[in-house]
Amino acid sequence: MLFVPGNNPGMIKDAGIYGQDCIMFDLEDSVSLGEKDAARFLVYQALNTVDYAGKELVVRVNDPATKCGVDDLEAIVRTQKAVIRLPKTESARDVLDCEAIIARIERENGIPEGSTGMMAAIESAAGVLNAKEIAFSTPRLIGIALGAEDYVTDLKTKRSAEGIELLFARSMILLAARAAGIDAIDTVYSDVNNEAGFRAEVELIHQLGFDGKSIINPRQIKTVHEVYTPTQKDIDKALAVMEAIEEAHRKGSGVISLNGKMVDRPIVLRAQRTLDLARAAGICLEEGNGHA
Amino acid sequence: MRDLRKEIPCLEQLGSLGKTFSESCLEAGGALAVDKGSHPSKIVPSLEEAIRRCGLQDGMTISFHHHFRNGDQIVNMVLDKLAEMGFHDLVLAASSLTDCHAPLIRHIQNGVIRRIETSGLRGKLADAISGGKMDVPVVFRSHGGRACAISQGELPIDVAFLGAPSCDAWGNANGYSRDEEGGILCGSMGYAKCDAQYARKTVILTSHVVPCPNVPCAIPSTDVDCVVEVESIGDPAGIMSGATRFTKNPKELLMAESAAEVIAASGVFHDGFSFQMGSGGASLAVARFLGEKMKAAGITASYALGGITGSIVDMYEAGLVRRILDVQSFDLRAAESLKQNRFHQQISAVYYASPKDATCAVNGLDTVILSALEVDTDFNVNVLTGSDGVIRGAIGGHPDTAWGASLAIVVCPLVRGRIPCVVPKVNTLVTPGATVDVVVTEYGVAVNPRREELRRRLERAGIPLRTMEQLQGIAQQMVGKPDPIRYTDKVVGVVTYRDGSVLDLIYQVAD
Repeated sequence: MLFVPGNNPGMIKDAGIYGQDCIMFDLEDSVSLGEKDAARFLVYQALNTVDYAGKELVVRVNDPATKCGVDDLEAIVRTQKAVIRLPKTESARDVLDCEAIIARIERENGIPEGSTGMMAAIESAAGVLNAKEIAFSTPRLIGIALGAEDYVTDLKTKRSAEGIELLFARSMILLAARAAGIDAIDTVYSDVNNEAGFRAEVELIHQLGFDGKSIINPRQIKTVHEVYTPTQKDIDKALAVMEAIEEAHRKGSGVISLNGKMVDRPIVLRAQRTLDLARAAGICLEEGNGHA
Repeated sequence: MRDLRKEIPCLEQLGSLGKTFSESCLEAGGALAVDKGSHPSKIVPSLEEAIRRCGLQDGMTISFHHHFRNGDQIVNMVLDKLAEMGFHDLVLAASSLTDCHAPLIRHIQNGVIRRIETSGLRGKLADAISGGKMDVPVVFRSHGGRACAISQGELPIDVAFLGAPSCDAWGNANGYSRDEEGGILCGSMGYAKCDAQYARKTVILTSHVVPCPNVPCAIPSTDVDCVVEVESIGDPAGIMSGATRFTKNPKELLMAESAAEVIAASGVFHDGFSFQMGSGGASLAVARFLGEKMKAAGITASYALGGITGSIVDMYEAGLVRRILDVQSFDLRAAESLKQNRFHQQISAVYYASPKDATCAVNGLDTVILSALEVDTDFNVNVLTGSDGVIRGAIGGHPDTAWGASLAIVVCPLVRGRIPCVVPKVNTLVTPGATVDVVVTEYGVAVNPRREELRRRLERAGIPLRTMEQLQGIAQQMVGKPDPIRYTDKVVGVVTYRDGSVLDLIYQVAD
């Protein structure tokens, strides 16, 4: 998920060319108070006119308890093009308050109620402790994300290279997301020039189980893809698992085995996920190798 | 005394034999011009004296090189002197002119300069010429086209005034100095080499006279008539900077990576291939991505050509490039390498790209990465005039390398700011689309329909392709259709192709 400042026309215009899965236009922290209206207008127009080639679009709005936040929702919900990302979510109440405004705008504009998706960013100690109720708050919610900069400030610490201070929050958010069946997205890594540090962090959150990483520069996309794209060995193994299933079906056998080992449900699910990721990365599975 | 000539049989068949030797030729002021043991020097006391000795007259052609880029002080210095001496109607044939040459406007107005030949123009001088300040149009030539015209006598140079970072009393001149680390440095003097070789008279201007002999040298003393020591020849800051910065611009990186992928998939990427890269952000990045691909494939390049940058030097020093042929060094790292690295050679513009020489270096290129101000749906490229019709660029070696290389890749963003760069028709035709094989933009890659086999190769490699019409459509959808530029009917520039033929005309901008 690439963060794009909502007040930068050049970046907004070209945000779709980099191969990331999702674009998040920011109307909140990266836009100064004097530029809020201009940014909102810019993002509204971009959503309506620019072809982002099927990428998932998200807009981070300002606090819906403020006029600025409501204005953001009024504009963005009407486009019917983007998921609303709620910043600094501390409780399920925050999500529901925002949802009520979205629902009103949908009703007033003839937009099918419930069609606007939501994401919640958790950026405080209270938010992390309430992660579960936030994750379960509304079916509109497609994912929850960690916002680490505010969170570590709230914890009275700062970010370290190893990220030990984020371990609890990451685990909590991940568990809440998995329990609710929604996505878990990790926080940004701000030191764009530290490629090794970024890679280490992506490997960590990939191992933890996160669905994806927030990024602030297109130069970070390649690393995320490299870490998340299954290796040829993983793909071959997954294909073998799927083949074993087919083979068992053909034979009418209830027990599936591969190389003498039993293939149970978690193995099948992991194999399916591996193949889904491989397809998402543009790997042509039908021919067995090469990029599509 | 015996007249030996009378005893020679078949004398009339022996060509230009001189008269019978007489000791009078050894006398002071005799036929040998200098006295025995006098260790003469070509250093003359002043620029004015050098101009006089070269026999410069009104209407003649004078030439300059652009190796000092925006730090050049030679052109303005010489023209000021020529104006002071009362010369007029001169033809100024520079390898290129840039922002720092704005003072020439005065010499155009006062009649010292009648017409100009150059590869490019920028800044206020370019604005003035686009605005119709000259009666005679400027002739634009590519580096190869200019070298060819000079060497073939189509553009005869009467006097070449060439700045050199080091020169000895014999006239051996170079773009760096062996005897000191500091001082002015410009690296290769490829364009000056050609002028010195073919000009009727050559004057070297230097701020650094070194002991004889200044070896190795770019320009040998045999091509030099006068040496003038001057206080300063250029501003080092304007001549070149450390190493050209590697781009962090994600859009440039994206295009660069695409271009490297195109090269790797094109069929020209084999051990011993040759290439040229430009000096722009994207070109430098292509060198890095290409280097990574070469390492992975275990291949090396036979030579890298062109304007040379630090990133090419890095590839040479990493063993990825076996030879560097350098017509122009773009940064200090390249200039230092020319001094230190044995197989980093400076070459003249004729050697580089003269179309009359079948084996000029560009003709051996497997691939070249080129930039563009505009490229159109027929793959034609403009690197000379801006979207406002005003001259703001240089042809350089663009058409030379596009022709010479098996795979000419133009890397160009779809739009710059709000200006479309992929357009239905270029403002000014500089490189014919028939010589451009691939266009790489941030929105996709287009292959020239003339290169069907290449298109299949890229498709097989999984590189998503678009047509130029599609790319132009995206650009137009993004920024709209610009109003047409308004011109008068006055021709201010003539764009020539490498063979000297007239390719396009530049008209005076109306506003």
